[in-house]
Amino acid sequence: MSDAVSVSTETLTGAAELRRFLHGLPGVDQVGAEERAARLATRSIKKSAKAEAIDLAIAMVDLTTLEGADTPGKVRALCAKAIHADPTDATVPKVAAICVYSDLVAEAVRALKGSGIGVASVATSFPSGRAPIEAKLADTRRAVEDGAAEIDMVIDRGAFLAGDYAKVHDEIVAIKAECGDAHLKVILETGELVTYDNVRRASWLAMMAGADFIKTSTGKVSPAATLPVTLVMLEAVRDFRASTGRQVGVKPAGGIRTTKDAIKHLVLVNETAGPDWLTPEWFRLGASSLLNDLLMQRRKLATGVYAGPDYFTLD
Amino acid sequence: MFEYAPAPESRDIVDIRPSYGLFIDGEFVDADASFKTVNPASEEVLAEIAEADAADVDRAVAAARKAYDGVWSSLPATERAKYLFRIARIIQERSRELAVLESIDNGKPIRESRDVDIPLVAAHFFYYAGWADKLEYAVRDPRPIGVAGQVIPWNFPLLMLAWKIAPALACGNTVVLKPAETTPLTALAFAEICRQADLPPGVVNIVTGAGETGRALVEHEGIDKVAFTGSTDVGRQIARSVAGTNKRLTLELGGKAANVIFDDAPIDQAVEGIVNGIFFNQGHVCCAGSRLLVQESIAEELLDRLKTRMATLRVGDPLDKNTDVGAINSAAQLEKIRMLSEVGEEEGATRWSPPCELPDRGFWFAPTVFTGVAQSHRIAREEIFGPVLSVLTFRTPQEAVEKANNTPYGLSAGVWTEKGSRILWMAQRLRAGVVWANTFNKFDPASPFGGYKESGFGREGGRHGLEAYLR
Repeated sequence: MSDAVSVSTETLTGAAELRRFLHGLPGVDQVGAEERAARLATRSIKKSAKAEAIDLAIAMVDLTTLEGADTPGKVRALCAKAIHADPTDATVPKVAAICVYSDLVAEAVRALKGSGIGVASVATSFPSGRAPIEAKLADTRRAVEDGAAEIDMVIDRGAFLAGDYAKVHDEIVAIKAECGDAHLKVILETGELVTYDNVRRASWLAMMAGADFIKTSTGKVSPAATLPVTLVMLEAVRDFRASTGRQVGVKPAGGIRTTKDAIKHLVLVNETAGPDWLTPEWFRLGASSLLNDLLMQRRKLATGVYAGPDYFTLD
Repeated sequence: MFEYAPAPESRDIVDIRPSYGLFIDGEFVDADASFKTVNPASEEVLAEIAEADAADVDRAVAAARKAYDGVWSSLPATERAKYLFRIARIIQERSRELAVLESIDNGKPIRESRDVDIPLVAAHFFYYAGWADKLEYAVRDPRPIGVAGQVIPWNFPLLMLAWKIAPALACGNTVVLKPAETTPLTALAFAEICRQADLPPGVVNIVTGAGETGRALVEHEGIDKVAFTGSTDVGRQIARSVAGTNKRLTLELGGKAANVIFDDAPIDQAVEGIVNGIFFNQGHVCCAGSRLLVQESIAEELLDRLKTRMATLRVGDPLDKNTDVGAINSAAQLEKIRMLSEVGEEEGATRWSPPCELPDRGFWFAPTVFTGVAQSHRIAREEIFGPVLSVLTFRTPQEAVEKANNTPYGLSAGVWTEKGSRILWMAQRLRAGVVWANTFNKFDPASPFGGYKESGFGREGGRHGLEAYLR
């Protein structure tokens, strides 16, 4: 008897069905998708529209630090920044969340107490995802216990590229079960999936497994968030809601550094998934240096002049 | 709701004179009669334009002949190339001005004149400048034809001028060109560019006017070649008048292109392709994908997606950088689009447009789709030349080919499928000058363009485009 026989028929059928479904999704034409994203990037967002977009973008930021050198002090500083993005201007909206490694969740939760800003934790052996499932579950459990409101997990790209969609699926389901009330963001690491067909399949796979959000990248692989990748993912959440009734959020992360980049993403959301996604509840921007550029452009719009970089805090 | 604030491109960069003369022998000269050109988005009169009569056309042809015999035909090819390169560079330098001018006079969105028309104009001059001293690699013993009389339409005013003038000059011909009555301004700006480039007088002559001016030009005995882009009716008249003479003729006429969507198409890109195929330039495109042939098994889903997408099209001020669909070029064209749309309803097709507010002044027509269209309907057969899409269905590839080819026209077609072998199978069978696969309305100076059947004959662009201007 071979090993395969010991796997239950039910699982086999499930895996085959999953594969058939994902490969039955309509293809993505690379040239066309990139052209559409580039065309939307030429939208000219000025004056009142720009002011509105900047405030919306600030409220969508998941302010992130994911370095080996992160310390409790660094995390506390970032949390202070999240609460008072611009100490001179109380009208600046709060960011959506702070995003840290799981061992620093407790520190961040303490620092953000009473602020209304949530803590998101990367988990599941971020960024590579190369660890036994037990380790991934433990990583997640710890973050949730320490008070993380959101879990940013990575998918097993190796399994995905090997065609073992069931493994990827089951892992997401298991992590989701561990999350409790915490929201689950599933990082596809699109820079390693490479093709837009893969991005569309991975998006559906994650949503079918229970993701509350699908996220482009860890920020550790280049390219990270690109406009066409975000476009394909926005099409996926739009189509998923149309077919299941469940709305799933989208988070591009990595490489979004300027106000212009952020606004291009908002235009994509507006004209692809639609205005229903244009809130921090359904769209996030994973970034760190972006926030200061948004603040700088915000003050420029209000005062008509650019303040130098030393007028914005580095945390 | 994320509302985009108005983002108008500034008009300050263009300087429209109150009146314009004819451009003959390197000079602007007055004519006896004149007509007005208006901004189709506001009906504001832009300028008074000289109307050339037979005597004016005669002078223009004589100037072109003199320039042909005296300078241009004997100029070393590398020198001809230099002029064309210079013109191409000036077009790039003045691209913003030309884009704004084109949008004001034609009604097309600035996004298109800025990102499509003007870059292609410059590219066309660069491309044929490169050919000028390499003609013997294209044909054996290349010799110019002589004086070309060229008549162009109003849908891509400066681009059609480039398609006509660039290969003609590269091959050593001189030209008399008549721009369309409703869109003369960029051709007149091009006349200035010829002066700026020190092009020898008479090599390019621009005679403005309407049908009578065009007739005087194509019937003139002093020209050796007629090139026309426009309606099939006028093309027929020209073919009649040229018959029995020694004039060479190329015609690029109407179209009723089929855009064929198979059930395995990349669906989001196909929706974009449909939109780009019929709503690009308000559908004022001879190769527009005006007949959507969709496989019946996905028709409903595709149409839902198409309608959702159409609802995001931004119709309005052509100079707003966020406008997707601009103004209809003229009252007469608007009337024709309205008439054929009414016919479509009377014939029993279902009409749909997204809710969209149209400006009070100017010529406007909302993006429109007709479903339940049959081959026997007039809106499936006649060229509407507006933002109106007729949707038909098919069951098998054979039926798709049959329906796609069942038209008097044959200018272009589109095929959408993820299956490469089917693209090739279709491309072999579609009787159309251009077949686009998984894209639509793509142009490149290196790619020949032209029609089958009532869409005309002769090719423009690419190496093939040289043949029309060489003996």
